[in-house]
Amino acid sequence: MAAAALLAAIVLACLLAPLYAADIAGTDPFASNLDGTITLAGQPVEIMQSAATGFGVTPIGPTWHAQYFLGADDQGRDVAARLLYGGRTSLLIAAGATLICLSGAALVGVIAGFAGGIVDTILARALDILWAFPVYLLAISLSAVLISHGLQLGPVSINADSLLIPIAIIGIVYIPYVARPIRGQVIGLAQSDFVLAARCLGIPRPRILLRDILPNIATTLIVFAPLMLALNMLTEAALSFLTIGVQPPAASWGTIILDGEGLLYTRPMVAIAPGIAIALTVVALNFLGDGIREAFDPRAKLRINK
Amino acid sequence: MIALVLLRRLGEMVFVLFSISVLVFLIFFATPGADPAARLAGRGASPATLAAVRHAFGLDRPLPVQYALMMRHLFITQDLTSFVNPGQRVVPALLQAVPVTLSLVLGAAVIWLVLAVLVGVTAAACRDTIVDRALMFLSLLGVSIPVFWLGEVANLITQARFHDTWAFSWVPALGYVPLTQDPLGWFKSLVIPWLVLAVTYVGLYARILRANLVDAMTEDYIRTARAKGLSERQIILRHALRMSLITIVSMFGLDFGALVGGGALLIEVVSSLPGVGMLTYQALQNLDLPFIMAAVLYGAVFIVAANTAVDMLYTLLDPRTRPTR
Repeated sequence: MAAAALLAAIVLACLLAPLYAADIAGTDPFASNLDGTITLAGQPVEIMQSAATGFGVTPIGPTWHAQYFLGADDQGRDVAARLLYGGRTSLLIAAGATLICLSGAALVGVIAGFAGGIVDTILARALDILWAFPVYLLAISLSAVLISHGLQLGPVSINADSLLIPIAIIGIVYIPYVARPIRGQVIGLAQSDFVLAARCLGIPRPRILLRDILPNIATTLIVFAPLMLALNMLTEAALSFLTIGVQPPAASWGTIILDGEGLLYTRPMVAIAPGIAIALTVVALNFLGDGIREAFDPRAKLRINK
Repeated sequence: MIALVLLRRLGEMVFVLFSISVLVFLIFFATPGADPAARLAGRGASPATLAAVRHAFGLDRPLPVQYALMMRHLFITQDLTSFVNPGQRVVPALLQAVPVTLSLVLGAAVIWLVLAVLVGVTAAACRDTIVDRALMFLSLLGVSIPVFWLGEVANLITQARFHDTWAFSWVPALGYVPLTQDPLGWFKSLVIPWLVLAVTYVGLYARILRANLVDAMTEDYIRTARAKGLSERQIILRHALRMSLITIVSMFGLDFGALVGGGALLIEVVSSLPGVGMLTYQALQNLDLPFIMAAVLYGAVFIVAANTAVDMLYTLLDPRTRPTR
């Protein structure tokens, strides 16, 4: 329950960011603000402060006030506001990727398991091969290629900096993880007594699929959903940190950690805050996932490989 | 009979490797949207570079020929060159970095296996007590923290904030010291990265081990062991743990292969270790696609070979995994 409440709070705070974050921060979280000043305790304070050594500038640290609550990054942008916008991006990517992954896995798993024969052999073999191909290597290959020049597929054209690229890549690479157990389950269901009975009654196959197979698959998908969301959050952060996920000027929790890398020893809050946000969200999702799994299927033996 | 099974595994490995190489080839050479020469040459390449790329990869020839050319550059002549850093030979650079990655992953693996078994067995032995709950919460935290972020926090603590205290004054500056040059320096330079890399896997393995052990405790052979009058400790260590270790060992084969094959790149980047992952990261920064392609394929070869080796070992050790007919 606490996990669900925490998750709801994070999701709401981030999704509604465009409504309030920039107003509270008083600056545009996506525009650099290298010459600005803010007023703290009646004193004007520069956002980019000259270093004591006289070389270079250091962004302002956490003020713990509405403006620059967590300080500024190396562009003088409000980290707290960027954190909220970034969370929005991270959550949207995780949710979109989960949707793609689960529907893709359901499609592949159900077709393979229900069709049987040569279709099943081909699909199962393809899943085996993808399974042997580590997720991050596949994700890195796809991201590097797509981010270099975007995608042009017939009438569909996706820009290199589109959020659709990380969403699609993260969604696709995890399909085998979900599709394999679903295929197994469908094969089991197709041989079960109630499906056999339905077939003996002459009920057409599409209807069996819809009425008998899919409702049983739905449970598996629900159990997988929070776990995939958690995994996708971490994958997005990792890809963005490697500069092949979310592309600037857009921000995500992963890119903000990357922004903070150069400021780690002077303004650690820039890198630390998004990490804590990711950890909180993923812990909450995993707790929720454990709870849902126990509620639906106490003897489940699902294993999500990292 | 066994020889036949092992041969079949090898055949499967070749098939999987071939399929993966075709998949990678198609991703890099046939993704619709742009001229593959423009992708492979990196951002803002000159027309001369583009022509060189077209020539090197035979881009005006049919796809199967391109595939064969790429494989020759990668595995036979090993003369694939980067176009972003002209003249840099990709394959030797990658192979040179392997000892660094192996040092990192091997040390972390020892730590995570020992800690995971300790945590998993303790939690299972104290199941449903506060100890169990605390350990499982920590494990969940371990799998939920982004590893590169943890690495940065570790750097912040050991390199800056607490570097001048007795606790961390021994930590050397970030970087790698070869084992052959200075064994103690090698150890010191890797301790923090080992621990950071191990955290995720301790969490993952401890959770699975605990679940397996708790499951195993309801099995018949455990009841038999109890009936024989064995102590709870003997039951867990001698009987339940032995069965659960099978899962752990097969997971370990996969994870170890994946890490050496390039999965350790995040931690290599934050800890400034010049391993395979670091090279891949640098290639990603410049979108140096030939380099990335080579890293991905060599990584995949290693991983698939490692998995096959684990599989074959299993077939030899455990008769139940042999296919029956």
